[in-house]
Amino acid sequence: MKRRKVRVARWAAFGLLVAALSVVAAGCGGGDEGGGASTAIEGLGTTLEEIQANAREEGAVNIVVWPGYPQLVDEFTEATGCTVSTKEGTTSDDMISFLQTGSYDGVSASGNASIRLMTTGEVAPIDTDLVSNFADIIEGIKNQEYNSVDGQAYGVPHGRGPNLLMYRTDEVTPAPTSWSVVWDNPNAYKGKLSIYDDSIFIADAAVYLKATQPDLGITDPYELDEAQFTAAVDLLKQLNPNVGEYWVDYAKQIQSYANKDSVAGTTWPIQGVLLKGDKQPVELIKPSEGTTGWSDTWMIYSKAANPNCMYLWMNHMASPEAQAAVAEGFGEAPVNLKACDLTKNANHCTEYHADDEAWWEDVYYWTTPTADCGDDRGEACKTQEDWEAAWTEIRG
Amino acid sequence: MTSVPVAETPPRETPGRRLSTFFYRHPRVRLAALLALPVGWLVVVYLGSLFVLLLSSLWETDPFTRDVVHTLTLENFQRIIETPVFRDVAWRTIQMAVLVTIGDIVLAFPIAYYMARVASPRTRDILVIAVLMPLLANYLVKAFAWRTILSEGGAINWALDPIGLSFDGYSTAGLWLTFMYLWLPFMILPIYAGLERIPSSLLEASADLGGRSLTTFARVILPLAFPAVVAGSIFTFSLTLGDYIAPGLITSEQFIGTVIYSIRGEALPTAAAYSLVPLFIIVAYLFVARRLGAFESL
Repeated sequence: MKRRKVRVARWAAFGLLVAALSVVAAGCGGGDEGGGASTAIEGLGTTLEEIQANAREEGAVNIVVWPGYPQLVDEFTEATGCTVSTKEGTTSDDMISFLQTGSYDGVSASGNASIRLMTTGEVAPIDTDLVSNFADIIEGIKNQEYNSVDGQAYGVPHGRGPNLLMYRTDEVTPAPTSWSVVWDNPNAYKGKLSIYDDSIFIADAAVYLKATQPDLGITDPYELDEAQFTAAVDLLKQLNPNVGEYWVDYAKQIQSYANKDSVAGTTWPIQGVLLKGDKQPVELIKPSEGTTGWSDTWMIYSKAANPNCMYLWMNHMASPEAQAAVAEGFGEAPVNLKACDLTKNANHCTEYHADDEAWWEDVYYWTTPTADCGDDRGEACKTQEDWEAAWTEIRG
Repeated sequence: MTSVPVAETPPRETPGRRLSTFFYRHPRVRLAALLALPVGWLVVVYLGSLFVLLLSSLWETDPFTRDVVHTLTLENFQRIIETPVFRDVAWRTIQMAVLVTIGDIVLAFPIAYYMARVASPRTRDILVIAVLMPLLANYLVKAFAWRTILSEGGAINWALDPIGLSFDGYSTAGLWLTFMYLWLPFMILPIYAGLERIPSSLLEASADLGGRSLTTFARVILPLAFPAVVAGSIFTFSLTLGDYIAPGLITSEQFIGTVIYSIRGEALPTAAAYSLVPLFIIVAYLFVARRLGAFESL
């Protein structure tokens, strides 16, 4: 009798466990969403006045950002009543994952994030009439494949910049002009090279191969067929033992350069700005082979809880004042040229080639690799998935 | 002695009293109500998340958007078994976990022995606080501090420089030192507790029977303290196996944690499948530890 009771109790417990687990599983299912070109977002005002009034009620905006991007935040809060909370991403994948949690209203997306986000419909198209500063943005940056679909804007351009070669002037002599200081093997700076830890860095290998091995026929570093991809991966595998550090956290890279643990490598301009501000002997150049870079866009989450504040934020970041602050703070080129009159360094726009399209010709903006090579090779190119798998192998 | 008669007023029928009467009459319901919260927590939050992990490892991702597609597949397991890099990284991580555990045992045993059997009560209190203190400091701060210590211009190289040596801190060896530092308290405390529990009479008996100190140590103390050592090793081993912050900060080599961390955004199902590897290793480790009696020393 007793034994039977125990058995019944066991079965009951097991049943409860299964039931509980299926509740958990049910909670994880679903979530499929489709795209759509309507700029309507639930709760968003239809006129600027309405947006401003609604924003006062929302009172907050949560955004996923690249480090150093939010500028003049207090001024924004004072003008709109929206308190700004930021979450810093370190890679584009990171930023997509954050946005997918549904807790954020928008993101500063690079091309390798924005295209994926537009495809999944996680970001919404915007009504540019409601973003007054949109009109002042350089025409050449609008309507690109990474910030629009069929002429419909999916966000407000933020700024663009190159991934640069940074070196310590006291350790790396003579001053390099080429990426070969990183890619040469054997390498004079073995164990002191600092490399960005993301599969997108494969494109940097491709940029170097494009210049140094023309017979591979690389035209676009994000459209790599089997032979080109293998060559880039091999080059990276050769590089791996020479790398002192892989970084995604910019603070970590700054510490390494300050301590001379890293002396040469790839970087974002903000690390250079901060290290130079700290009187460290570093120099940043765009090497002769060209480089990868980014052209970023502020995008709004399609189910944003605070869409009105997010619209105002997108407009704020496109304003001449915020553009000037972020251009100098991060070290990039503004996309609203009215900012050029407001920068503390009067020559900032010239130094960062804000208006010099020729300079940007060999800066290859981050984008998502797809099977479609975009030319007569057809569907022969390596996809995002291949790039990621290869990156894990390269790291070893 | 006369007692004041107390009127036997029946207790008032408040809802609370009615509830307690109900629970008194139905002991099983009472038990269920008491256990619902903790057991629910255990099942839904603990086991539930493990179950979701398992389920996620059976899903696919879209090759372009990298979104999770809810179709069942064993591809992720095939990938982590067939791709050499996943095996290499797992093997490297296990080796690191074993070496950290051994290093911590060697460091922790003398300290714990001194604390438990030699030190005066006052010294012992100070030592216990000293051992516990680092646990109160933020993990990230400690990891970043070790980055500075191991750096080329850091404390270790500063100390080695006069004798003409240098140490490549941002290496596997540097990570080993960092891990040993980080997890040392988790080894000291169980061993200390285990040693303290050994009755002095056993040591006296050993001495009475002619056992010298080394013999007593090897044949009495060590066997009795062994389960405590295994208990401590559960912590050092599993913490090393799963950590991703220290490896990311100290070395450019990949470990299980760093691989999962770096692929989680784009290949969540593969990351989920890979995270089952340390899980299985630890479960196997726990079975062995249970055999060795470690659970009584936790």
